[in-house]
Amino acid sequence: MKLTGAEILCESLTRLGVRHIFGYPGGAILPVYDALGKSKLHHILVRHEQGATHMADGYARASGGVGVAMATSGPGATNMVTGIATAMLDSSPVVCITGQVSSKLLGSDAFQEIDITGITMPITKHNVVVSRAEDVARTVREAFLIANSGRPGPVLVDITKDAQQASTEFNWDASAPQLPPKRHRNNHDQAEFDRAVELLNSAKRPIILAGRGIMLSGAMQVFERFVRVGNFPVAMTLLGIGCFPAKDPMNLGMMGMHGEAWVNHAIQESDLLIAVGMRFDDRVTGDLRTYAKGARKIHIEIDRAEINKNVPVDAALIGDAREVLEKLLPALEKRERSDWLAHIRELKGDSAVRDIQNLPDSGHLYAAHVINDLWKETKGEAIVVTDVGQHQMWEAQYYHHDQPRTLITSGGLGTMGFALPAAIGAKFAKPDSEVWAVVGDGGFQMTMSELATIVQEKIKINIAIINNGYLGMVRQWQEFFYDKRYVATPLVAPDFAALANAFGIRGERITSRGDVTPTIRSARESSETVIIDFRVEQEDSVYPMVPAGGSLHEMIRRPNNPLVETATEP
Amino acid sequence: MQTLVAYVENKPGVLNRVASLARRLAINIDSLTVGPTENEEIARMTIVAHTDEKGAHRLEASLEKLVDVLLAENISGRSVLERDLALIKVLADQQSRPHLMELIKVFRARVVDVAPESLILEVSGTVDKIDGLLEVLRPFGVLEMARTGRIAMTRGGDLLRPPVASGQQEFPEPVCRK
Repeated sequence: MKLTGAEILCESLTRLGVRHIFGYPGGAILPVYDALGKSKLHHILVRHEQGATHMADGYARASGGVGVAMATSGPGATNMVTGIATAMLDSSPVVCITGQVSSKLLGSDAFQEIDITGITMPITKHNVVVSRAEDVARTVREAFLIANSGRPGPVLVDITKDAQQASTEFNWDASAPQLPPKRHRNNHDQAEFDRAVELLNSAKRPIILAGRGIMLSGAMQVFERFVRVGNFPVAMTLLGIGCFPAKDPMNLGMMGMHGEAWVNHAIQESDLLIAVGMRFDDRVTGDLRTYAKGARKIHIEIDRAEINKNVPVDAALIGDAREVLEKLLPALEKRERSDWLAHIRELKGDSAVRDIQNLPDSGHLYAAHVINDLWKETKGEAIVVTDVGQHQMWEAQYYHHDQPRTLITSGGLGTMGFALPAAIGAKFAKPDSEVWAVVGDGGFQMTMSELATIVQEKIKINIAIINNGYLGMVRQWQEFFYDKRYVATPLVAPDFAALANAFGIRGERITSRGDVTPTIRSARESSETVIIDFRVEQEDSVYPMVPAGGSLHEMIRRPNNPLVETATEP
Repeated sequence: MQTLVAYVENKPGVLNRVASLARRLAINIDSLTVGPTENEEIARMTIVAHTDEKGAHRLEASLEKLVDVLLAENISGRSVLERDLALIKVLADQQSRPHLMELIKVFRARVVDVAPESLILEVSGTVDKIDGLLEVLRPFGVLEMARTGRIAMTRGGDLLRPPVASGQQEFPEPVCRK
């Protein structure tokens, strides 16, 4: 059967199980769009190619499958860069397909020609230019294989226009992936394994650092058994949230810069860190010179390049988290560790007193209250997609996730503007799930044009704008470290409710605590997208906070009497 | 200084990926040589990098993450045969020529081109040997030099072979789940 390269692309994507493509057309990708029209693939027209990549990313994170984004050459491709980097830093399997000028024009500075494989080399797991129709099917299959195997990541396939237009014989079976053979580097070192077992069984004050790798490898069940047998308390990374139920008593909560104080203290006082599918990011460790000085370290990690990168470890078990945990489990001895667990409970007591949820209701609207009310009202079952900044940290602290893949957030790159498009992508991946975008007034203004995508696609999500009139996290740093010189952080925003109406979306504005839950309820009951503009306390800060580069146990704590005095009515 | 050997796909763009990776890791490359192996689809690189053992581990592990790299290994500290080759054009007049010839003999270099005012010498060996020859040639007037950079091979039974395709895909083909 003779097909054009463009038709082969659509056929290959269909056979790979793709149902949705997030994209934006243009000259160099037009043959593919023509073929798309004849296929069963559902193309979602975005308003900016960055949105397409975030949607594909959100789709991948919510589903566990591969998300697909598409754009034309030149500016279409360069607009994808931020989204690709976001997927790279958080190991998200995204395949980006870009059009390219015809191969005979390559290197001639043709209209909308740009070296996108050169540009994206350091921010993709792999990228490739396809200049022959014969190579399309095999390359796309390889791209999917690379994106979602091992440590996942984005792959970009740049297809020249002539390769899209040329006709060739299409043979699926003959176009199987032909990736170069790799040396198997799985951990077969018995000595390393024995050392890890010895450390696990002899530790008095162990703590698990649980990362997103647990979710990526589908290790949730064996992880739970592992925790039960060893009675290990569990600290979560931001991206690890959801891999172990928040309601489980062994789950301490998030660690790191804005982690709970008792979690950071427990890490500092531990005698064994068991890191699973996480990479000792600087936001997690604080100052490396003072990080968990008394602890031995075990690192269970699929990516060999992460071993000893930031923190030297005593035993490195390289491999898929599920396989490694399954291998460790039979050697693990039952332990009670009641003294250690009691000590952690004591550490927790101090934090409870300072918790904003336990402070007297001053009538002001705090972001933490909004997020906690959202958690209660949705019974913790919604998929929450956050942007980056204060609201993101409050979400991690006050929305308690019990299910994997229900918190979707840009951790590694910290990409503002991520929430709205990623929430759209998550909704396409999980159409039957309730999806909330929780986003600041700054980040929302970066990608709010995607509201039109929501309207055009007639999808239903809920959007909670945590609006404090500042670029809040930056303001907080200015408050703490720059003597309250608020340079370039006060932020004018449109009337978001009116803006919503302009898009044909229902908009609400909330200024008092009592209206929070009823409005959330009404938004949930609506069959259409609703935007709620929560006008929250303007100068609240996220506590605790480990200053950048500071020691993990030296946190700025929430004062017992928060800034009620300085509060202004919105 | 750390020495790594890598087997890579012999195709365009791979050198760029390897060099770009070193740049991203802020590792300065002292020399990088690349040439085909007995299998023309596979090229072998010898990378000498200004870094410590930890940096070399990161470079090695990160290189192996590249799809086009079949294998990368730090061979520093192992029993290694190392060779560098240089062509050196040196001033040689009637007076200095006999003295030069003596030195050439000592260093087991070869004269590969003779001109009225200069000679081109070819010398191969360890980096130290070539550096040593260069030092003694300097007073005569070194006009030009070209060096290949190091190639290295582990000795004896310490084999470093590229992995071969098992005929089986490493991972099952992924699908987009609903």
